[in-house]
Amino acid sequence: MPEMPLYTDYHPRWLRRRVSTYWWLGKRSYFAFVLREGSCMFVAWFVVYLLMLMRAVLQGEARYQQFLALSSRPWMLALNIVSFLFLVYHAVTFFDAAPRALVVHVGKTRVPGSFIGAGHYAAWLAVSAFMFWLVLGA
Amino acid sequence: MRDHIKLQVARYLPEKQSEPSFDEHEVPCPKDWVVLDGLNYIKDRIDGTLSYRWSCRMGICGSCGMTVNGEPKLTCATFLADYAPGPLRIEPLRNFPVIRDLIVDIGDFMRKLVAVKPFIVRRYEKPLSEGEFLQTPQELDEYKQFSMCINCMLCYAACPIYGLDPKFIGPAAIALAQRYNLDNRDEGSAQRMEVLSEHAGVWGCTFVGECTKVCPKHVDPAGAIQRYKLTAAIDSMKAFFMPRGA
Repeated sequence: MPEMPLYTDYHPRWLRRRVSTYWWLGKRSYFAFVLREGSCMFVAWFVVYLLMLMRAVLQGEARYQQFLALSSRPWMLALNIVSFLFLVYHAVTFFDAAPRALVVHVGKTRVPGSFIGAGHYAAWLAVSAFMFWLVLGA
Repeated sequence: MRDHIKLQVARYLPEKQSEPSFDEHEVPCPKDWVVLDGLNYIKDRIDGTLSYRWSCRMGICGSCGMTVNGEPKLTCATFLADYAPGPLRIEPLRNFPVIRDLIVDIGDFMRKLVAVKPFIVRRYEKPLSEGEFLQTPQELDEYKQFSMCINCMLCYAACPIYGLDPKFIGPAAIALAQRYNLDNRDEGSAQRMEVLSEHAGVWGCTFVGECTKVCPKHVDPAGAIQRYKLTAAIDSMKAFFMPRGA
């Protein structure tokens, strides 16, 4: 007999469950997350829309008027309203996440997360106010 | 019966069944009983073959994590009365292979935990004669929150990214890596970065945020991961613009 007995490791048949393709419908927070990820497409659309606007402006008055006509079509208005709502959702969720990623120290004191979040919203408000002034007031 | 609650307990006996099933039992529901008490009642008085892990009964050991009515919970800290009149569905933690009944295999997590070196790394150990490392309360506060992790793996069970991509190193391992990275006595952050800055490291996380919601110790692993993303990004930029070091 060998000095050390030989053992065969017992390996049970483990139960491995696949994650459903529709996992994101199973919980409200998962759905909110997928919406936030999807909102990136609308952010991209606004970038494209802005580039289209700049191109039209550079090509002269006639092309700019064409762009305005395109923008006032019902389907384009609907797309931009939906995009705007998703953009706001994207910004709010991003700003809410910022204090958890950004840790700022002033000297040896840690700046509270609420200050970081408030700073983002204040910057958003300032930029929005400037844009309103630029478009409507100037 | 108002003083009893029905528990639907997942069973999986690998030698007998290929799919899990549920057993139903009525257990007493006094206001101070937690789900673990209900399971112990079943094991002691109704069905001794029920298998599950538990140890401390006070939210310290992190071994009694299970899925309670679809949510990852520590069963020693989840009161039966909160779910009255029931029924209460108890399943093993999600995203892990089930070995038997409510017991899951934690080997994957343990391997990942070791990979991030969850201990203080020093380039040179100073002799004992030089005394202890002193630390101010502010320096302690930098990492204290992340040191509260009890390795209960509820965060892994709640994370759909880990479920979809088991290579993802996961919330608790990253939070624990941050616990040591932020400790001013530690000098191992560069070693940890090799693991954490991989695609399966922090970049695998898309910030669902469920890990933080289910954490019984308020560790905020999601925050730790986002924070480390910023560190890794700054480090990459430094390496790109200043290849010979700052």
